[in-house]
Amino acid sequence: MFEKFEEWHRNRHEYARKWKAETGGKVLGYFCTYVPEEIIYAAGALPVRIFGSHEVQSTTEPHIFSMFCPFCRDCLAQGLLGKYDYLDGIVVAQCCLHMRQAFTSWRIHIPIEYSYYLYMPHGIQNPRAYPYLRGELEDFKKSLEKWTERNITDDDLDKAVEVYNTNRRLMKQIYELRKRNDPPLTGLEAMEMVTSSQVADKKEHNHALKELLEELPERKVNRDTGIRLMILGSENDDTEFMSMVESLGATIVIDDHCTGSRYFWNEVTPRPDTLSAISARYIERPACPSKDWPERTRLPHILKLAQDYDVQGALLIQQKFCDPHELDIPTLKLHLEKNGIRTYFLEFDVTVPAGQFKTRVEAFLETFQLPTDLF
Amino acid sequence: MPKKVYKTKLLDQWNEAKELRSNYYRNYVKAHEIGGIRWAGGAWSFSAIPSGLGDDVYSLTGEPYGATVTYNKDFAAKCHEAIEAKGYARDLCAYMRNYWGSIILDKYVLGGEWPKPDFIWTTHICCSHAKWYQIASELEGGVPFFCIDVSVGPYHELNERRLNYVVSQMMDGIEWLEKVTGRKYDDEKLIQAVYNECRATSLWAEICTLNKAVPAPLDEKTMYSLYVINTLMKHRKECVDFYKKLRDEVEDRVASQIGAIGNEKFRVMTDTQPPWAFLELWRYLEKYGVVSIGSLYTFGLMGIFEVKEDGTWGPRATPQESGVEIETREQALRILAEWTLSRPEWQHFYSPELKSDMMMRIVKEWKVDGVMLHFNRGCEGLTMGIAENKLALKKAGIPVMHFEGNMGDEREFDLERTKAEIEAFLEILGAK
Repeated sequence: MFEKFEEWHRNRHEYARKWKAETGGKVLGYFCTYVPEEIIYAAGALPVRIFGSHEVQSTTEPHIFSMFCPFCRDCLAQGLLGKYDYLDGIVVAQCCLHMRQAFTSWRIHIPIEYSYYLYMPHGIQNPRAYPYLRGELEDFKKSLEKWTERNITDDDLDKAVEVYNTNRRLMKQIYELRKRNDPPLTGLEAMEMVTSSQVADKKEHNHALKELLEELPERKVNRDTGIRLMILGSENDDTEFMSMVESLGATIVIDDHCTGSRYFWNEVTPRPDTLSAISARYIERPACPSKDWPERTRLPHILKLAQDYDVQGALLIQQKFCDPHELDIPTLKLHLEKNGIRTYFLEFDVTVPAGQFKTRVEAFLETFQLPTDLF
Repeated sequence: MPKKVYKTKLLDQWNEAKELRSNYYRNYVKAHEIGGIRWAGGAWSFSAIPSGLGDDVYSLTGEPYGATVTYNKDFAAKCHEAIEAKGYARDLCAYMRNYWGSIILDKYVLGGEWPKPDFIWTTHICCSHAKWYQIASELEGGVPFFCIDVSVGPYHELNERRLNYVVSQMMDGIEWLEKVTGRKYDDEKLIQAVYNECRATSLWAEICTLNKAVPAPLDEKTMYSLYVINTLMKHRKECVDFYKKLRDEVEDRVASQIGAIGNEKFRVMTDTQPPWAFLELWRYLEKYGVVSIGSLYTFGLMGIFEVKEDGTWGPRATPQESGVEIETREQALRILAEWTLSRPEWQHFYSPELKSDMMMRIVKEWKVDGVMLHFNRGCEGLTMGIAENKLALKKAGIPVMHFEGNMGDEREFDLERTKAEIEAFLEILGAK
């Protein structure tokens, strides 16, 4: 039932090449989910998220100081190794320093037709961010028009927004099913559904989601739900890890990842000016920790997710050296624990030590079988 | 060929720099005794703005404080342990960890209890700054916190919309300052502070420009104690007065061929904050006749430069020098924002190429023989793109080395290994 999504994610390079051959359109790689894909889609291009490979590499050592996160280095490595040779352009929306560095090194060393640095504000809780971002999106739109030699009309934008909103709505409906006592999908399947939406044409993805929704509510998975877990933290597309955790008597029922719920949780709410509406959507989406200040909006949002999905425990994962998450995790951990949700912290690298992590997650899960007065 | 020996002389302004610094930290602590206000924030803050609240407003800037903690190795170690016990990672900004550790331990590095600020006023420049003070505010029990987002791109792409985004936040900030302090804001004091800030940062650029001379009148280790005054009080009159006197003195040194070191034979530049607990390395260089003339960090963190008519770098003309008279709050804020966004050590956040170009300019104009890059594990902001800078310098044929360390956490610095690496580099330069 989820094979299509798994295949799209696994064979993402082949998918993009085929899309390009069939449509003659341009493929634009993006480095952060704050990039407003709707505008790219309205220009007739295919936005694809740049992922790493989870394979050990040494090609980025001359380019990025080793104290920067493994994900940004893994992404850059894919470019340097030629895995993304089909890209016509790259774009970054201002995010953490790490991904911005991967973007600039890519721009310097990998010949590319088009690159764009979108000055997405960090101060998203500030009302001044709305008109400011709207203006930046206007510049981005003009730049795309020049590059694609195609005028992006209001109608193009509205249609793209509708495609994207549909995708968000459908994925949210599927996530809703994970609230059940016996969720009809695993955390791994949910992850592959979302990561595939970041690399596939949304229209095609929507079609697959609609088909899935026809059957999924009736699906009986041949497994016990076990301990209901939440997973949250840095970028995570480590399917091997997800699979391992769910083989130990647990199901990941919800997440707060940019490869998960953060990517699609809110829609573009229509306004007379579509660019203003898109700006508002990206400003108001569940925040990346790098933008979550002065108030901590992530605490109530994550706790509500945990409660809505009846979570027993949370895996806090962090890419090594990921400062934004390192800055939030201690407070998040306390907040969840104060509210009765046990937590366990794991630091991720390009590859994770599967055996050691298995033992550690097993030990964490065993705590749920012990008498509660031990804690 | 006989070795050339230059005259050397201690700086007349040295003691005043020390006095300004110690008064700064003391005045902050004592502010409440005179009914004054204490605020905390990053050294990159728009520090001129709180000046509109009165003459009795004193700040504590976090990065210089964090560096000061580093000098006190035992205290720094306790700070690190205290914050790590709270679950924070040891690869986070070392200044920030020194600062948080001081709050948790309730100890001020210069003695006494931690002097809690009345409010926090800062800017968000890297992944850490807003979060630094978000957490500081929480550790201090909820100190009011205002942070301005300046992430509007590099200076050469600045436009009205981007400038307005920063200025409108500043305007909101002034209303916020009035609200949290209950004081009426005085625009005249703001205007004077903006004049001061432009003057002080331009003067520092002028002083750095004088270091193009051979022999260099200043060495970088000395410059660390001089540039820092701008990180503490760039908006204050005493800061301007100090740099005027220093500029005059350095001009005299150049005219009289007084060098920072008597045996200058080779000139190097560094990059990023140094490992503050190991500045003896800079003296070690001098043994071989090598003077570090500065860096983009020492020059451009607080010095505002511009390209002069002859194409070289020099101090940026201040608004007053350009005949601009500031009359309103908004005009003052626009000038302050535009001035600050032209800071050299800001552009690299957007592109390593911009930084490499500036570094190559320094190599050429300051007659640098080699570059020593500090791959600083304590600051991801200033090490952003540093590996690309190394590649660019190498490609341009400039001798370059790097050493790994940490500006504020001595656990991550290996002095002997670094000395060995530097010795190998000096051999390449022919200095050893």
